[in-house]
Amino acid sequence: MNVGKPIAFRTRGLTKTYGEGRSTVHALRGVDLDIPQGEIVVLLGPSGSGKSTLLNIVGGLDSATQGTAHFLDQCLTEMSSSALTRYRRQHVGFVFQFYNLMPSLTARENVELVTEIASDPMDPDDALALVGLRERTDHFPAQMSGGEQQRVAIARAVAKQPDVLFCDEPTGALDSATGRTVLSVLRDVNEKLGSTVLVVTHNANTAAMADRVIHFADGNIREVIENNSKLDPAAIEW
Amino acid sequence: MVSPLNRKLLRDLWRIKGQATAIGVVIGVGVMLLVMMTGLTASLTETRDAYYDRYRLADIFAPASRAPERLTTRLAAIPGVAAVQSRVQGRALIDIPGQVLPVQAQAVSLPDRGRPAINDVYLTDGRLPASGRPDEILLLQSFALAHGLHPGDQLNATMNGARRSFDVVGLAQSPEFLYTTAPGELIPDDARFGVIWMSRSGLAAAYDMNGAFNEVLLSLTRGANLEATLTAVDRLLDPYGGFGAYARADQTSNRFVTEEISGLVAAAIGVPPIFLLVAAFLLYIVIGRIVQSERGQIGLMKAFGYTDGELGAHYSKLILAIALGGALAGCLAGIAAGRALVGVYTDYFKFPFLVFQLEPSSFLLGIAVSLLAASAGGFMVLRQVFGLLPAAAMRPPTPPDFSRAGHLSGALGRILDQPSRMVLRRITRQPGRMAASMLGIALGMALSVAMITIYAGFDRTIDLSFSVVDRSDVRVGFTHPVSTKTLFELDRLPGVVRVEATRTVPAVMSNGLHTYRGGLIGIPAGAELSRAIDRELEPILLPPRGVVLSSALARILDVEIGDVLDVDVREGRQPVLQLAVAGIAETLLGSPAFMSLEGMNRALGDTRRVSGAYLMIDQAYADDIYMALQNMPTVAGVSLKSQARDAFVTLMNTGAGAIRYVMGAIAFIITFGIVYNAARIAYAERARDLASLRVIGFTRAETAFVLLGELAVVTLVALPVGAVLGYYLSFGIAAGFSTDLYQIPAIFDGPSHGQAALVVMAAAIVSGLLVKRDLDRSDLIEVLKTRE
Repeated sequence: MNVGKPIAFRTRGLTKTYGEGRSTVHALRGVDLDIPQGEIVVLLGPSGSGKSTLLNIVGGLDSATQGTAHFLDQCLTEMSSSALTRYRRQHVGFVFQFYNLMPSLTARENVELVTEIASDPMDPDDALALVGLRERTDHFPAQMSGGEQQRVAIARAVAKQPDVLFCDEPTGALDSATGRTVLSVLRDVNEKLGSTVLVVTHNANTAAMADRVIHFADGNIREVIENNSKLDPAAIEW
Repeated sequence: MVSPLNRKLLRDLWRIKGQATAIGVVIGVGVMLLVMMTGLTASLTETRDAYYDRYRLADIFAPASRAPERLTTRLAAIPGVAAVQSRVQGRALIDIPGQVLPVQAQAVSLPDRGRPAINDVYLTDGRLPASGRPDEILLLQSFALAHGLHPGDQLNATMNGARRSFDVVGLAQSPEFLYTTAPGELIPDDARFGVIWMSRSGLAAAYDMNGAFNEVLLSLTRGANLEATLTAVDRLLDPYGGFGAYARADQTSNRFVTEEISGLVAAAIGVPPIFLLVAAFLLYIVIGRIVQSERGQIGLMKAFGYTDGELGAHYSKLILAIALGGALAGCLAGIAAGRALVGVYTDYFKFPFLVFQLEPSSFLLGIAVSLLAASAGGFMVLRQVFGLLPAAAMRPPTPPDFSRAGHLSGALGRILDQPSRMVLRRITRQPGRMAASMLGIALGMALSVAMITIYAGFDRTIDLSFSVVDRSDVRVGFTHPVSTKTLFELDRLPGVVRVEATRTVPAVMSNGLHTYRGGLIGIPAGAELSRAIDRELEPILLPPRGVVLSSALARILDVEIGDVLDVDVREGRQPVLQLAVAGIAETLLGSPAFMSLEGMNRALGDTRRVSGAYLMIDQAYADDIYMALQNMPTVAGVSLKSQARDAFVTLMNTGAGAIRYVMGAIAFIITFGIVYNAARIAYAERARDLASLRVIGFTRAETAFVLLGELAVVTLVALPVGAVLGYYLSFGIAAGFSTDLYQIPAIFDGPSHGQAALVVMAAAIVSGLLVKRDLDRSDLIEVLKTRE
């Protein structure tokens, strides 16, 4: 473990179950995890292994059944719903598989949606420039390709200069070329803004660009690999 | 084994249960109103007819001055006459303990032995007067109840100038006296007019009618010629002072009952279809939206190999389940509500029993309208969806295209934040959807406006009748037309501020086939207490010749200014006059015809005769004045305007008019249902966007703004549109509530529109809060995973 970096996320005994009695489903079975600040972390694992559940809990979207999860010195598992909203608002950027853009807003307006409520946002145009979309700021989602929409979503997520960027299958709906572009954007954000980036994916090749790769299976961590030879996303095999 | 598609159907229904219930309630309430009203009117009509039949209400009533009993044989010989019953009847005044003013009453004879062949009584308490006991009487039950009188009580009454004491031995009802109205008054009031039944011999002695009668009742055989029989009866009675025979249709009580029932019938025909259409429109819109939201799933199922036919059938079942469920629930609720209301109205009409009747056609109509509207809404959308390629569902959802919504630049662009832009763009970019939502809410507003305006219309009728037309305090009726000199006696009474003469003569007015049996009212020049007024509420100057008709009467007789009416006067020498219609007066109470008093007396060949007077009095002297009036031999009755007004308010609040409250409640339910559905649809269509907002850090309130902002804008646009629609709608509903007895005007009433707007806004706020509650509880992760 890299001792010099402060820890962004710390979970202890993090457990999440759905249902009761015999039909209980264990999504997370007592996960202990430390994620240092400023890293790109890729969470890998088959469907139902618990990686998205972990992302949802540390992203402030879901509650834990047992155990604790901390962001820096704040205990996420003890926060009220409105405190979680504040947490997401101030610290977190999200990128989803299906982009989740507002169809009624242009690219810039989608970014402004976030910069209006953030405390120290970037200029929306700069955020769009960061993802290579300076020319398409006035286009509506319906006028853009899937890759472009995903890049707007990333611009929207990074415009608030978040401490942490959560990406759930960000390339899941994209072709390989577009996928690489999107991953490059994530790497740029990590380097330029210093945001911790958590990427949940099925695509094992994505691991090559990560500082740390966490393998999930059956609701727990099977293996954590520190990657000392990161690849440029452009060089990732698809 | 339930097929997977049917399982999906059940689960889908469960999933949209909130919305499905809201739609079902709206359509169900529309159907309920239809079933309830038709069942109510059918039952009341059946019950009335059965009551008339069992208690043998006369087909023809023929009053006369004094006719020998032997004349009944000749009357019975008239072709078409099935039975004849002669009787004696007369005016009486009943002393009510603790009340200064005596109450007017009608005394009616019962045969000395046996029951009357015609116009039997229904004994509710006690017994019939014993034969040979002229001091025993029956009292009309409703009158007795109004004054707390029971069998065993004693009663003093003045008959033909002589004061006598009677024993009340029983209480009775009669189909002849379902409504009782004091002579010269329009509004029935149980307390202010009594009916006394006593033995024929006793009453004949009191009115000097031994061996004679002054009224004969006839029943006719099936298929008898009414007009010919009336003429024949008149011819026989003419030498004995016949006042003109009249048919059951013109009998006062029956006329009121029939009018009240036809008021309900008119409301039943006129109002529920409007409600049902509004509900049907909503169903059409909402079903269309629900199917639209299933687009992705339909594409997916097509990809699996389901045919358009199978999918069409599947969604038809969903639609029909909602529409049919609502309509059937509406039918059941309509039967239950109809039954409850029939009970209330049976009491109101004083029917001793009830024949409950359902109208199967109303069920069919209600269900058919619901299914048709739902199918239309569903199939419109399904047709579009069938054109969808299965592959479309396999791709990530294409965002709806807002590029034509326009870029908001300039000042507006600087003012608006992003959430406001989302609200605004959705409204401008999807004008069809927004217009449909807006129109739905506008129709809800229109229903509320129309109903509340009707409430104001009823108030207007009361106000116009008792404050503008009649400005007196007391109305005095004389025993017979008296000389104007009597008015000076009234004027001399201390406390009387102003006296105005009036003369009412019974008359049959006709224009071709249109006839009306009513009264001509003579008003002196310069009258201030009781006036004929025009549409602008200005008094009409009555011309020396000719007649001014109330607008209701002009409609009944189908005449316009300048037409000439045949007026068959049924008093005194009974002349037949030809009177030109000189004007139309605005009255909302009754259907009067006005003449100048001088012109009337001239036409009747009388000089300075009056039949009553309007008084304005100083209330401090009220009791003294009543006492003095009671002691004047020419005064037959005294009525206070305040009592008449109260009786009228009671009538409108308990009779056919009372249904307005039921309908108002239903209108509000439909309005709420419409607004709630609009909010639910908006939420369903935007759930994913809204959850995304929550995820990226928007608070609940900020997210709710995006959803409710849209609802607020649509509602605010709907209010003025609904106000205009409601104004026009109120004409239809007002006509439905107007009867021969009173008319309800359709008016533009600011406060009513304001109240309706408040109702709609309250509905919008409550709906918004309900939907916001769901929004607050929504599962953020779940919404993000679903593509649509």
